[in-house]
Amino acid sequence: MDTALPDMPSTSRKIDIAFILKKSLVSALVALVLFSLMIGIRTEAGPSGQLTYWTRFGDLAMMVVAVFAGSIVIEWLRHWWGPVETIRVVPPMAEKALSLAGRLVAPALLAFTFLVPVIFYDQRYILDLGILVLTYVMLGWGLNVVVGLAGLLDLGYVAFYAVGAYSYALLATNFGLSFWICLPLAGILAAFFGVLLGFPVLRLRGDYLAIVTLAFGEIIRLVIINWQSFTGGPNGVSGIPRPSLFGIPMTAADDGFAARLGIEFSPTHRIVLLFYLILALALLTNWVTIRLRRLPIGRAWEALREDEVACRALGINTTTTKLTAFATGAMFGGFAGAFFATRQGFISPESFTFHESALVLAIVVLGGMGSQLGVALAALAMIGGFELFRGLEQFRMLVFGGAMVLLMIWRPRGLIGHRAPTVFLKDNRAISSDLVKEGR
Amino acid sequence: MDYFAQQLINGLVLGSIYGLIAIGYTMVYGIVGMINFAHGDVFMIGGFIALITFLILVSIGLTMVPVILLLALLVAMAVTALYGWTIERIAYRPLRHSFRLAPMLSAIGMSFVLTNFAQVAQGARVKPVPPIVTGGYTLYEGPGGFVVRLSNIQIVVVITTVVLLAIFTWLVARTRLGRDMRACEQDQTMAALLGVDVDRTISMTFVIGAALAAVAGMMYLLYYGLVDFFMGFVAGIKAFTAAVLGGIGSLPGAMLGGLLIGLIETLWSAYFSVEYKDVAAFSILIVVLIFLPTGLLGRPEVEKV
Repeated sequence: MDTALPDMPSTSRKIDIAFILKKSLVSALVALVLFSLMIGIRTEAGPSGQLTYWTRFGDLAMMVVAVFAGSIVIEWLRHWWGPVETIRVVPPMAEKALSLAGRLVAPALLAFTFLVPVIFYDQRYILDLGILVLTYVMLGWGLNVVVGLAGLLDLGYVAFYAVGAYSYALLATNFGLSFWICLPLAGILAAFFGVLLGFPVLRLRGDYLAIVTLAFGEIIRLVIINWQSFTGGPNGVSGIPRPSLFGIPMTAADDGFAARLGIEFSPTHRIVLLFYLILALALLTNWVTIRLRRLPIGRAWEALREDEVACRALGINTTTTKLTAFATGAMFGGFAGAFFATRQGFISPESFTFHESALVLAIVVLGGMGSQLGVALAALAMIGGFELFRGLEQFRMLVFGGAMVLLMIWRPRGLIGHRAPTVFLKDNRAISSDLVKEGR
Repeated sequence: MDYFAQQLINGLVLGSIYGLIAIGYTMVYGIVGMINFAHGDVFMIGGFIALITFLILVSIGLTMVPVILLLALLVAMAVTALYGWTIERIAYRPLRHSFRLAPMLSAIGMSFVLTNFAQVAQGARVKPVPPIVTGGYTLYEGPGGFVVRLSNIQIVVVITTVVLLAIFTWLVARTRLGRDMRACEQDQTMAALLGVDVDRTISMTFVIGAALAAVAGMMYLLYYGLVDFFMGFVAGIKAFTAAVLGGIGSLPGAMLGGLLIGLIETLWSAYFSVEYKDVAAFSILIVVLIFLPTGLLGRPEVEKV
């Protein structure tokens, strides 16, 4: 797709219709061959187990025409825009305006989030959606420590989420421990698993690291499925206790939250509690990350991301740097997992598939890897987007995957890709991450 | 001992399938330096296309099994190769000089697209096929009544793999394309300066990898008698493990790794537990990367600043 005449002078914008038509025709032909069997013919197992098929040439024709038309539009746009510049330097004025907006967006968003349960108190759906978005914001911020700050591509983040969820579920159902005791335990256990994963992958980089973390995530999931006596296998764990407000249960009972305050009981109270709980956990993640970035360990993480060899040459202990990054990220994943378990009341291995890891990773990448605000906005866009297209449930992964590819082509550095210095001489100026060449 | 011999045969057949997929990983990694995460799904697409071709050929009245097999193989290879070409063109080529993680993430996106595409286009249910190649030979009949069998389908799988590997080795070692590929693997800029069309060579790498994955997909279909839209994920990771075990970038290594992974998986299922066979395969990946990062036949990577 990149044969868009890279050395064409940008002044000549004459649209070459014959060229566009030729390219679109080729695209349509390729689409015809690709889709001819997969879409033109539909197979299905019949009632007695034998395979039957029927043709769908109408759909096939529609797809091919759609590819042809889409290709014309894309080629035309490409001519119109001209060659794509890969490095953009933001002019100082725009940069100032952007940084001002950036400083305003975060507090405004935070204030709005605090007010959500007040504004939408009657709308259960919005509250539930808010909790879901905040869960992903927290997961995104947790993974951001590993991927965004330390630059370690982790495709198995869901493993720590699962460890956190199962720690709480099993501790609570077997020993009757309360949520507030289990929460730190879940975090510690997840962090322990983070170190466990960290040790073998210390020497690995880039793609290898990604695949090993993916394998780790799958191992955890397979063990959960198969170790039936301990985890309940595919049936999962049910009857997980709901959270209490520091010992006060959110039930209609006499010693419940509503009765003690002397107000009428409403199930919404629990939802609001969950909302503020995950908000507090997410903000804790954010706060710890921001503070850690200013400590030597946080700076070591960012140095590691930019260039591991230089890092070692400067005497940074890459072993501890990597392990702490994994452990810290995993701990937040564990917290989020414990929250997930208490919110759902039921967990099963189905909630912890690779798709979940990829979704969280996509949030971090879309957010610009390292930008806290970007991750929050990306989580809002992703989860909100999924909700908007709920009717297209079966095309969900198609759209998600396609968006991931397009995003990588269009903005590989994410929505807010910038590098903010931790140390500066006169003024604190963030630069676009297009300008840094990450250690390859 | 009879049991072991039978498992050995099964393992080698399974290993041939993994080896065919692993070659696609190792070739792409050798030239572009990225893990083609969507390769497992290309294998799945190949299985589907072989299945649909079988259906059409049988329903138009062809009855000669070798002809059906050959035609289905050719169609599956051709169409799947076009898939490989298109994927490279859309998702990887624009990212060739992007930052480190971009092609990997794009590949993950592509993998989702292919999985979901197959699910939407062909339905989520498992597609069974009646056994097409039947019969076999009894190699040995033990005193306890245990029979070591070599079925015809196993012979077909192994022979197809060996023939394709021979063709493929000849392609890489003797032809102009193979020379271009090896040149690009060493130094793309220098190869381009010497008149090698780098873009075309990389495209061809994806095409060949996809064609071999299609063969693997068809063999899987024949051997297990089913395809479903999700089979690419686990098979893909195992084949990648095979490529790493053999030493990524090394073609004989990929085949060797595939055979080893197939054997380990089969023997593990036979003697320990079927449930944990995937865990065993994934653990091997981790263990190999810790103790033998260059694999069995790989070259050590030079770290450059």
